[in-house]
Amino acid sequence: MAEFWNEYGGLILEGLRDTTIMVVASTIFAYIIGLPLGVLLIVTRPGGIWERPWCNRIVGWIINIGRSIPFIILMILLLDFTKFLVGTKIGVRGAIPPLVISAAPFIARMVESSLSEVDGGVVEAAQSMGASIWQIVRKVYLPEARPSLILGASISIVTIIAYTTIAGTVGAGGLGDLAVRYGYVRSVPPVLLTTVLLIIVMVQVVQSLFSWLSRKLDKRLR
Amino acid sequence: MAEPIIQIRDLTKTFGQGADAVHALEHISLNIQKGEIFGIIGLSGAGKSTLVRCMNLLERPTAGSVVVDGQELTQLTDRQLRKARQSIGMIFQGFNLLMQRTALDNICFPLELTGVPKAQARKKARELLEVVGLGDRENAYPAQMSGGQKQRIAIARALATDPKVLLCDEATSALDPTTTLSILELLKDLNQKLGVTVVIITHEMKVVERICHRVAILSGGVVAEQGEVAEIFANPQSEIGRQLVYPGGVKLEALRESRVIRIAFNGGSSYEPLIASLAIDCGVKVNILGADTRNIDGKAFGTMLLGLPQDPAEAAKAVNYIQSQPNVTMEEVPDHG
Repeated sequence: MAEFWNEYGGLILEGLRDTTIMVVASTIFAYIIGLPLGVLLIVTRPGGIWERPWCNRIVGWIINIGRSIPFIILMILLLDFTKFLVGTKIGVRGAIPPLVISAAPFIARMVESSLSEVDGGVVEAAQSMGASIWQIVRKVYLPEARPSLILGASISIVTIIAYTTIAGTVGAGGLGDLAVRYGYVRSVPPVLLTTVLLIIVMVQVVQSLFSWLSRKLDKRLR
Repeated sequence: MAEPIIQIRDLTKTFGQGADAVHALEHISLNIQKGEIFGIIGLSGAGKSTLVRCMNLLERPTAGSVVVDGQELTQLTDRQLRKARQSIGMIFQGFNLLMQRTALDNICFPLELTGVPKAQARKKARELLEVVGLGDRENAYPAQMSGGQKQRIAIARALATDPKVLLCDEATSALDPTTTLSILELLKDLNQKLGVTVVIITHEMKVVERICHRVAILSGGVVAEQGEVAEIFANPQSEIGRQLVYPGGVKLEALRESRVIRIAFNGGSSYEPLIASLAIDCGVKVNILGADTRNIDGKAFGTMLLGLPQDPAEAAKAVNYIQSQPNVTMEEVPDHG
């Protein structure tokens, strides 16, 4: 055990750190893009508070295109763009742009779904009080959908964790990279097992934490 | 008479186009006076919700004019309309409270929208909580409150910006009868104390008789009749008016009498002595086919369907006697079968 740790401990910790950085950074950037897109889908939809059918359709198409390209192909397609954006095609930094572009459309749909659960009557009440579109988004849609948005975030993060491990196989580093290089190529089963365990633990922690937070912040459950 | 606070002229609302078009409202004209409680009643699908939603332009009329407090709403820009809506409060059947906010913060909501400082908003909200009788529930969330309490919070929220008009869209329809009465009493109270004009949309005649001064009966997207509540109760002119006043729907086909008359009591007298004295004074016995008495504004009102005797002479005697009574009006019900 000690021997295994001496030999691979550093690598595993490094992998864990890289994966965490990629997941956290990609999640943040993906939300910066995906959250406004999700909001846009809700407000511009037919019957929405800022009905713009064409805008809604175009944004919908872009999101669908983004979602239909498999992550691994998207990474290859984006190589030059990634290089231009972050100065490298590989490593942790090189993995973040494709992760963000892949996750943002997914997040936009998650956000759209959460916001569509908000009771239309409450939105209407806000309109009857003279609320502007921006006020309705900020003070009605987002706070009222908060528990659902948090649950959606847990699903998004778990998806990003999965993408991150795929990115690892093509030179992004992190636990996925470790699993391929040591677990598969050099055939060291304990390394493979450890990475799998760590990924399972990460997913569990994220899911439990966000579920707990969602319940705790939901004032409907009393 | 003073300038009405809500003036609706020739309002038409059509949903959809061409062959699929639904004419929800057709050429509606109404005046609602400052300080009154105005009822709009109709069966479901009559267009009453659409009509009330045209009063703050939640629904934009296809044609016609909506003037509220001197402003033609259909001509306003978005910004002006939002401003105008701040003086038109609205409550709903489903309460529509923000579920993630406390009672107090719900009442603060419309004040936040207009940029009132937080401390000032909270002070106002606390006062309103007292007004609606929920001073001890400021930290409760809607999920912890009963339907009646939620509607009280919604009323407080609607009043936070000191509106001149309060629109109530089926506000008591989701409540049990006892709670309905308490909410109606509250609305009556607020109308008297604050002078706020109240517009009530309902399908229940009970609601109208309880608190409304005037009423418009809506049917198939048009105003079937409108007027003082007492008058309409005493003598409904339209078919739909009769249906609403006699919800049981007396089936005239089933009656065997030769002549049927409807008499209405316009306050003052009670109908039992009338029928008794008819028998004693004239020796004529009539059949009571249906009766409905109500208490409106502290006076007894009632309508009754009487079947007159087969003998024409006896029938005429009864008719003459009834016509001679004060506070009673009478009409013959034609073609009852």
